[in-house]
Amino acid sequence: MEYFVQQLINGLTLGSIYGLIAIGYTMVYGIIGMINFAHGDVFMIGAFIALAMFLILTTVFGFVFLPVVLLIVLIVAMIFTSAWGWTVERLAYRPLRGSFRLAPLITAIGMSIVLQNFVQITQGARVKPLPPQIQGGITLMEGGANSISVQLSYMQIIIILTTIVLMAGFTLLITRTSLGRAQRACEQDRKMAALLGINVDRTISLTFVMGAALAAVAGLMFLLLYGVIDFYIGFLAGVKAFTAAVLGGIGSLPGAMLGGLLIGLIEVFWSGYFSVEYKDVAAFSILAIVLIFLPSGLLGQPEVEKV
Amino acid sequence: MAMNGSNKAVGTQPADPNSFAASVKDAATAGFLVAVLGFFFIGVRTDIAPGGLDLKMRWGAWIVSILVVFAGRLLLNLFVFKTNSPITQKFASSMPGNGRFAGAGKWMMRALFAFALILPFFFITFFPNKDRQFIDLAILIMTYIMLGWGLNIVVGLAGLLDLGYVAFYAVGAYSFALLAQYLDIGFWFALPLAGILAACWGIVLGFPVLRLRGDYLAIVTLAFGEIIRVVLLNWYEFTNGPDGISGIPKPTFFGLELKRGEGGFADFFGIAYDPIQRFIFLYYIIFVLALITNFVTMRLRRLPIGRAWEALREDEIACRSLGINTRNTKLTAFSIGAMFGGFAGSFFATRQGFISPESFTFLESAIILAIVVLGGLGSQIGVVIASIVMIGGIELLRNLGFLQQIFGSGFDPVQYRMLIFGLAMVLIMVWKPRGLISTREPSVALKEKKRIGADMVAQGEGH
Repeated sequence: MEYFVQQLINGLTLGSIYGLIAIGYTMVYGIIGMINFAHGDVFMIGAFIALAMFLILTTVFGFVFLPVVLLIVLIVAMIFTSAWGWTVERLAYRPLRGSFRLAPLITAIGMSIVLQNFVQITQGARVKPLPPQIQGGITLMEGGANSISVQLSYMQIIIILTTIVLMAGFTLLITRTSLGRAQRACEQDRKMAALLGINVDRTISLTFVMGAALAAVAGLMFLLLYGVIDFYIGFLAGVKAFTAAVLGGIGSLPGAMLGGLLIGLIEVFWSGYFSVEYKDVAAFSILAIVLIFLPSGLLGQPEVEKV
Repeated sequence: MAMNGSNKAVGTQPADPNSFAASVKDAATAGFLVAVLGFFFIGVRTDIAPGGLDLKMRWGAWIVSILVVFAGRLLLNLFVFKTNSPITQKFASSMPGNGRFAGAGKWMMRALFAFALILPFFFITFFPNKDRQFIDLAILIMTYIMLGWGLNIVVGLAGLLDLGYVAFYAVGAYSFALLAQYLDIGFWFALPLAGILAACWGIVLGFPVLRLRGDYLAIVTLAFGEIIRVVLLNWYEFTNGPDGISGIPKPTFFGLELKRGEGGFADFFGIAYDPIQRFIFLYYIIFVLALITNFVTMRLRRLPIGRAWEALREDEIACRSLGINTRNTKLTAFSIGAMFGGFAGSFFATRQGFISPESFTFLESAIILAIVVLGGLGSQIGVVIASIVMIGGIELLRNLGFLQQIFGSGFDPVQYRMLIFGLAMVLIMVWKPRGLISTREPSVALKEKKRIGADMVAQGEGH
């Protein structure tokens, strides 16, 4: 029982990170109908920016008060990663808007290769370890003679709380602001939205920017949670987050979050109860199974095809 | 660095004859963007040091990268994008137009074929010092041409976007390696078996994804490819896991081994042994395999099944309405494409003598797909050109030693190859979204064959 609860907590933490990345996929897919293959690598970029900024603050400026440091790192990472997201869209996707469907997918894969190798060249291929910054936690259940104690670490609390706050803010942004309205309009009918005076290109750019900002948050959390990053983390995290987006129903924001939590839970439970080696297979199999049997996901609307 | 690509995007703006100020402003924007993007990557470097991570500022590299992008962008603006007489105009007008190119294409195809036929002897005669290296490169390019042609059946003809093609390549390679290891089977017996096994896997993986289209199909095939790789990696007892399988036998020439001494190929024909003979032999094997792939594809296109593939690619719903069995059509495309991937895989195994799951990552799938798409979907000669440009171009980087003298000894051009590969994928796609060979000849025509321009082709939509 204790083991189960502990895995549940770990799964929810991991799932929060996947959910944040998944939002980027689901928004982009919703608005321009393509898989932004480079999104996982934008997440990786965010993690690297967070690491560099953290080191700049602590070693160069000598900041020691951790909450302030993390807040600054978070904001800086979000801003700079957004710039990357914007650039990727501008370079690789906007010139191909209206082109045939494979073209942006190829440039997206190309961009993914570019980002990975750019980081590999400029920052080196070796992993970057960061010692744990936030330690300690709350013991929920005391361990007995034949059970382990259940720990809820402060790190996990921070990750889950940040995710909840961001999700709430983000939902407000989409449902209440004019930008959110413009975005939903573009999702429904881009041409009609343009006719009604919405700057479609700008809306799409902002979608990428928002997705990248959330990916940066996920990157920082990943860095703090695992303490190790390298240039290749984006691929697996990207595929899993995409799986989450599909599982939740692509195009649906709550779906992306729900899907992320489910994927996180499945992965953690799979590693906890079956085998660690095949945890990626579990995620990939779920992707295939969901797409084959439940193509519109849990919360998505089924696509109606018109001839 | 990545900024160079944005040139294309802005190139569509109307040209203003007196736009020096605008050019400078635009270049300054690009420079500023590089400053922002590059700060944490070019300007800062984190390294592992005793007692944690060490931070190093690289202001020099950061400023140089900004200046390079600013200057490059400014020059491009002044001479190409924001001028009424771009210097590329001359270049473009001297290129043959589509009509004239049609004849030249056929001629070029024959020339390429003739060159490929005599290639090993050409290199032996004219580059005696580097012949082995060049023939090895030719083998590599030929392998990618074959893989490209195989994938072209699935993506180019049937319009099914497959991002996991490398799975069949892996199945082919591992089939041969494992058959050789456990049952002691030689290359020529294993080759058809590997093809059949790969084709079976094509059906097994193709069956569940029959209902999926477009991007979803792509992502599921990617997942399948990764599953196969992870299984190969973790099934230690059977596949030897990450250590891979070594000692894979070499192909024989009608029972003759290409080895030194008694009973070898050279001994039998009474010629002097030379290690290059093995390379020539391997080259001709993959050359013939690739030709078979091409021949079968061209023939299949004219058969009802090939026409059904193309119909499927153009419009699945219309296809089904006309009574074509889309399930069988898709499965045959998957399995035949997979079969050629399997052949290429066993060739890869015998050429390397060693295989491990490392060789079958998603990147490999992406490269093969890039070759097919950049060459122009469905175009056989496009695959050849794209393979030569992309694979040959990357390998060229290995020979750019003189750059080290310019940039210092720490500069290694090889590490930039994947970066350049990715950039080339993006740039070629933005420049020519339909691929290098974007016109298409219809497989069947009523009276005369007319080339179809890129804008008339609605391919690979998967809708």
